[in-house]
Amino acid sequence: MEGESVTAIYALYSDPDHVQRAVDNLRAAGLHDRDIVVISSEPIEEYEFSARDKATWLFYAAGFGGVVGLVFATWLTTMTQKAWPIVTGNMAIVAWWPNMIIMFELTMLGAILATVITMLVAANLPKRGPKLYDPEVADGKILVGIENPPSTSVQSIERALLSGGVARLKKIGARP
Amino acid sequence: MQEEITRRISDDLLRPLVETSWRFWLLVAVLGSVVATGLATWFYQIYNGFGITGIRNPIYWAFYITNFVFWIGISHAGTLISAILRLVNAGWRRPVTRCAEVITVFALMIGALFPIIHLGRPWLFFWLMPYPSERQIWPNFRSPLVWDFFAITTYLTGSVLFLALPMIPDFALVRDKSTGWRRRVYAALSLGWQGTTKQWHRLESAMQIMAIAIIPVAVSVHTIVSFDFSMAPVPMWHSTIFGPYFVAGAIFSGIAALIVAMAAVRRFLHLEAYLHPVHFENLGKLLLMMSLLWAYFVFAERLTVWYGNESAEREVLLVTQRGSFAPLYWTMIVCNLVIPFVVLSLRKLRTIAGCVTASFTVLIGMWLERFLIVVPSLGHKYLPYSWGTYRPRPVEIIITISTFAAMMLLYTLFSKLVPIISIWELKVGEHPFAQETAAETGNHRLWKANP
Repeated sequence: MEGESVTAIYALYSDPDHVQRAVDNLRAAGLHDRDIVVISSEPIEEYEFSARDKATWLFYAAGFGGVVGLVFATWLTTMTQKAWPIVTGNMAIVAWWPNMIIMFELTMLGAILATVITMLVAANLPKRGPKLYDPEVADGKILVGIENPPSTSVQSIERALLSGGVARLKKIGARP
Repeated sequence: MQEEITRRISDDLLRPLVETSWRFWLLVAVLGSVVATGLATWFYQIYNGFGITGIRNPIYWAFYITNFVFWIGISHAGTLISAILRLVNAGWRRPVTRCAEVITVFALMIGALFPIIHLGRPWLFFWLMPYPSERQIWPNFRSPLVWDFFAITTYLTGSVLFLALPMIPDFALVRDKSTGWRRRVYAALSLGWQGTTKQWHRLESAMQIMAIAIIPVAVSVHTIVSFDFSMAPVPMWHSTIFGPYFVAGAIFSGIAALIVAMAAVRRFLHLEAYLHPVHFENLGKLLLMMSLLWAYFVFAERLTVWYGNESAEREVLLVTQRGSFAPLYWTMIVCNLVIPFVVLSLRKLRTIAGCVTASFTVLIGMWLERFLIVVPSLGHKYLPYSWGTYRPRPVEIIITISTFAAMMLLYTLFSKLVPIISIWELKVGEHPFAQETAAETGNHRLWKANP
């Protein structure tokens, strides 16, 4: 039925081998990797389809957060010690040895917070209710789907998904 | 087959969330009333002042600071152990990590409460925070107590996030498996998690980075707690060994707490199929190693003091080994070294019951160790006319007992609201490590004896 309009179309698989085949078939049908959604209840590492989206800025973000924490701690300790220059235990007014403790803790805090914030942004969290999802994923099914497929390609996507292997096809928001 | 395993794991681990027996409510009621008694006692102390405690000149730090050091030490169980096991990708860690991480968060919360309980005017604790007061007076960053604030804040924030991030996929699972109000609550907690490949990669990368970051933070926290003592010119405190000595002791008591918690979870939540004897045996070996390391530090510390023969330090050494504190000292040695060494080094005794017994004694021994660091030194400072002794009053004893009840209560409530074993991580273990783990567990002599 060429020209059918749907919000999303997806299939549920039990076997990751079938998922790999379905993803390959979707690519062969002209779909880009960024359009193909694979959802599972656990990370699956051994397949090519799971290697997509692996590149991440998280490590750089953590480093950046650490540097921000370090700079802030350096400013906080030195600024406050100069603001009220009290001699304590014959230490220098700006006492680097104890300041290093604060600098270390805030560096790590900056790195940790930056990691978590970047992770949430990169994983698109939080969001109101998953758009493309099926509760059967919680039972171990693996979902392969396409959101907002062009109406002209719905049939070819269906074929690609079904030729992946034993699967149940589902559509969201189907309009004739 | 895989779906069957997935469903079984989900059903087993979600069961404690949906099934509630009268025993649970009884336990919550008992623990809750002990905690309430502790809180009431604290308010009584605030109202009447510190005079009702046994804290007197020269021993201003006693039970409360002992508890502070003890609980911060217990907090090393979780995040540190979990982070190390994650980094080395130890397959057997999967059922253990969350049990451990929860201990860290609650122990830190309880530990951080003690300096506040120890304040005469606890409502002014925010003076530790770096904020510009109306007279632009900032905290003195040269004070070890301010270092504590920063270290504990960083460790608590990191530990909460380290615990919370891997809970998101499990919240999504509970969302999908539940109905009504529970579904709405867990839907909010799951933040709209789908489980796309991108989300899994980001989560795993974030956990790797967090694991790398949290290890030095955990080490720094207990080192800084040790600085509270070693920065002071007090006999047997002013020592360079205190940093690593405290860290080793913290990991030691932390592992013991983890073993006890895991045994309780295994028994009361019927998770025998997930927390295997091999997990206890591995942790038991770790406990044995830490026991020997702890003994090494005690020996190194005591030998140096004895050989130095400095009069004030010698007094503290003698009063703990031969004087009024000797019964506590030798109980500590038996609990921390003799019993764990005998029980955990003999294969026959390294069962779940053996590991739990050794862990209980270690917890008692480590509390005594903290007490023996704090009190004898303060009671025997450099000038003999200032010597004194300490007797705890009911206030300190009740508050101390109530914190143990608080830990149990928080742990019980947590295991009721969140899967105490990370479900998705366990499922991953069924994939690449399935055969390896099964073989390791199935062929294990304790598994055969006690499946």
